Amino acid sequence: MEGGAFDGARAAELTAELRRSFDSGRTRSYEWRAAQLKGIARMIEEKEADIMAALHDDLAKPQMESFLHEISLAKASCTFALKELKRWMKPEKVPASITTFPSSAVILPEPLGIALIISAWNYPFFNLTHVGPTLMGKWNYVSEFRLLSIDPVIGAIAAGNAVALKPSEVSPATSSLFAKVLPTYVDNSCIKVVEGSISETTVLLEQKWDKIFYTGSKNVGRIVMVAAAKHLTPVTLELGGKSPVIVDSNVNIKVTAKRIAVGKWGSNNGQACIAPDYILTTKAFAKTLVDALKITLDKFYGKDPLESADLSRVVNDKHFSRLTNLLNDQNVSGTIIYGGQWDEKRLKIAPTLLLDVPHDTMMMDEEIFGPLLPIITFEKIEQCFDFIQSKEKPLAAYLFTKDKKLEEKFVQTVSAGGILINDTGLHFANPHLPFGGVGESGIGAYHGKFSFDTFSHKKAVLSRSFAGEASARYPPYTQQKQKILRGLINGSFIALLLALIGWPRD
Amino acid sequence: MEGELKEVREAYESGKTRSLSWRLSQLKALLRLLYDKEDDIFKALEQDLGKHRAEAYRDEVGLLIKSVNYAIGNLRKWMTPNKVSVPLVAFPSRADIVPEPLGVVLIFSSWNFPIGLSLEPLIGAISAGNGIIIKPSELAPESAEFLARSVSKYLDDKLVKVITGGPDAGQKLLDHKWDKIFFTGSPRVGRIVMAAAAKHLTPVSLELGGKCPAIMDSLTNARDRKIAVRRIIGGKWVACSGQACIGVDYILVEEKFAPILIDMLKATIKKFYPEFDTLSKIINKHHFQRLASLIKDPSVADTIVHGGSMDSDKLFIEPTILLDPPLDAEIMTEEIFGPLLPVITVKKIEDSIDFIRTRPKPLAIYAFTQDEKLKNRLVSETSSGSLTFNDTMLQFAIDTLPFGGVGASGFGQYHGKFSFDMFSHKKSVMRRSFLLEYSFRYPPWDGWKLPFMRSVFHFDYVSLLLRLLGLKR
Repeated sequence: MEGGAFDGARAAELTAELRRSFDSGRTRSYEWRAAQLKGIARMIEEKEADIMAALHDDLAKPQMESFLHEISLAKASCTFALKELKRWMKPEKVPASITTFPSSAVILPEPLGIALIISAWNYPFFNLTHVGPTLMGKWNYVSEFRLLSIDPVIGAIAAGNAVALKPSEVSPATSSLFAKVLPTYVDNSCIKVVEGSISETTVLLEQKWDKIFYTGSKNVGRIVMVAAAKHLTPVTLELGGKSPVIVDSNVNIKVTAKRIAVGKWGSNNGQACIAPDYILTTKAFAKTLVDALKITLDKFYGKDPLESADLSRVVNDKHFSRLTNLLNDQNVSGTIIYGGQWDEKRLKIAPTLLLDVPHDTMMMDEEIFGPLLPIITFEKIEQCFDFIQSKEKPLAAYLFTKDKKLEEKFVQTVSAGGILINDTGLHFANPHLPFGGVGESGIGAYHGKFSFDTFSHKKAVLSRSFAGEASARYPPYTQQKQKILRGLINGSFIALLLALIGWPRD
Repeated sequence: MEGELKEVREAYESGKTRSLSWRLSQLKALLRLLYDKEDDIFKALEQDLGKHRAEAYRDEVGLLIKSVNYAIGNLRKWMTPNKVSVPLVAFPSRADIVPEPLGVVLIFSSWNFPIGLSLEPLIGAISAGNGIIIKPSELAPESAEFLARSVSKYLDDKLVKVITGGPDAGQKLLDHKWDKIFFTGSPRVGRIVMAAAAKHLTPVSLELGGKCPAIMDSLTNARDRKIAVRRIIGGKWVACSGQACIGVDYILVEEKFAPILIDMLKATIKKFYPEFDTLSKIINKHHFQRLASLIKDPSVADTIVHGGSMDSDKLFIEPTILLDPPLDAEIMTEEIFGPLLPVITVKKIEDSIDFIRTRPKPLAIYAFTQDEKLKNRLVSETSSGSLTFNDTMLQFAIDTLPFGGVGASGFGQYHGKFSFDMFSHKKSVMRRSFLLEYSFRYPPWDGWKLPFMRSVFHFDYVSLLLRLLGLKR
């Protein structure tokens, strides 16, 4: 970006250019789309060193290994799209009906036009975008930026749109590297990166887009949707929520504790939208669960977790204060049963367990997005279900149990973006599953083909011939015509035959 | 109103709508309603719109019966979770996409097909297992009353309610929190609905309109030309006197064929309408005035080549054809939604493509042509909700085609399974067992764990196996 503020005029210019580029038709061909995806894959590979250096600037400690895997995942997303693209682009033939015989019908995917992709905008409180699969443990937030920004961009390009990407401003060095580097690997008349935060995003939202894809907080999600309403622009909102974990007594407790711990603290120390937010279990089982979690945490991070090289820091001091304030609440501080230490200088908070935090505290109201894990207990496991139903629908809900009936009840009655039984985080690694929220956790879904679909319009194309003209359709409406019409609409062969031979005559 | 909304919410949360049997019972009840109350429906439509019973059946009742039967026949399949593949790294596990209802949904319908546009989305909402409030348009009061009376008699009156009233009632409904809002109507109100929905992060589907063009290419066969003209008329005046969102708004034709086309239109109109008793009336005085003012300006009135007569008491406007009205006049910038048909001439028929592209995306594009090249260009160079060759309106009747707009004509699609999907949340469900733990998933991140992770990530199962067996370092 050259100098000068990115104001309304610049935003209008940007959308005008994207629209011109899109209208020229260049994004429509398979070749163009594949070339862009290959360019992105190449960029991720070739610029690895530069990206790592920028990360080093943004990060508290080197996380080279997880970075490597973040790169692999972003590349895997490109590869999957490249492999499937031809198939996704193909028109789908569908059976027509007797009513319209003879005719042929297809559903043809076409791009919506110009798409705006926004990842986590810091207003007024930051909300991290979701992480990639947590199978491999921790992901730093910058990886999220990349993976998160990349996945919808891949979908938008695969669907043949022109794209403006406004990446997260949380990681300034990597964000500006991205802004500098991406345009050199792709067709930069059709794919643009805009750096900035609130004011830049605001002017972008004032423009007319054919699609807006937003990842971030509920509050900003509302602002995005209101802005989109002015232009009747469809939106996909990937928001967050309090993702609950119910732990039944009928489990393998060692494995359960490990999977919960890696899903919580292994995901950038809890700063991920599908990280377990809080646990629900029975009073009888609580001690067993807590003991197992304590043992696991000692194993993962040692006796002095603030010194552990494997523990991520909190992303910035605003969130650090937010989290320590949650702990300082006088109704909360007494419920800490493990951890609770923090280091303000290094922005580190230790994995913290809390038992039976009062339900009306802020910690149990807002998404925690940090390394604090409340455990709420009830007499019966059914009450845990009720508790979840009393709250807003989350992005993810987890259940640990060997009881098949309980599992089925959970799947049938708990509404969430996605559900995972006996593990955490994994379902997001599957490109065949739609990833998205419901209710306040979001609108729309993506990953894999769902990304392609979310940036496409499925156009119905119907072809008729001039044979089979049914005069029954037209006035004057004689009794005979009305009879034929009824038959035709209800798929009667005889009506069709009569109509085909042109009976009744006009 | 508060009490009704509360009742639906509570009834929904009781879980009653989740079973296949409840949903089927509602759909069957709807079918019975359509059979039993056919005459009442015809009467209401006749009073609201002067609609002939043949049109009422063809465009509303008949289509609804078809759609209900289609839903009944396919519902079990739609409700069945969809198994998907799982990457080997997650072995052993199972993944499904499980459809579930969104919750309590609000349906706004418009006045031109007041029964059809209320009940077609209802079919989808019921199939998907939601609780439902329908708010029919107050501009078609007899139909709204009919729905309010009959729906609760036939369907589960705690879970499916009709709330009548004007804009105030609509606004009050919008102040509440819904799990989905489905709106059919104008872009102006669509914006209001979406902005209100944004407060609660409620997903919306907007079925709007647009100026749907019909491109008339030269056809070699005289019979085909005749049929094309009939079908165009079928998509204009025969469809509620032009008051249809997918009705033909204007025609594009090469200038040398315009006179022939107009003559054929005139002749066929005469044939279809020896008297105008089967022509629907304009919905109300406000729209009558609106339409009248479209042809008031002399620069527009001078281009009238047929029709033009009006009767404001009878809310009657004769089928009117205009030849090349000014493109900047309101009749060519706003959706007409009435019985006025501009014929716009172009030098070459291919010019139609640019004409359409430089205008907002319509709900439907119609093209009468046998030219494969033109067809292909239309498919790839224009965008619209739907594109139909050599006919009009019929795409609406096909259950396997998604119906909905794009750009200014709206977003969200329904009909057939698309209706079920529109009112559902597709929940990802992945199930794992406690078997097979990979310790390299967990901290502390000792050096030996990384190579494992790399193998897994690159889906390099051979290396992974070798490492697991200790045969590779």
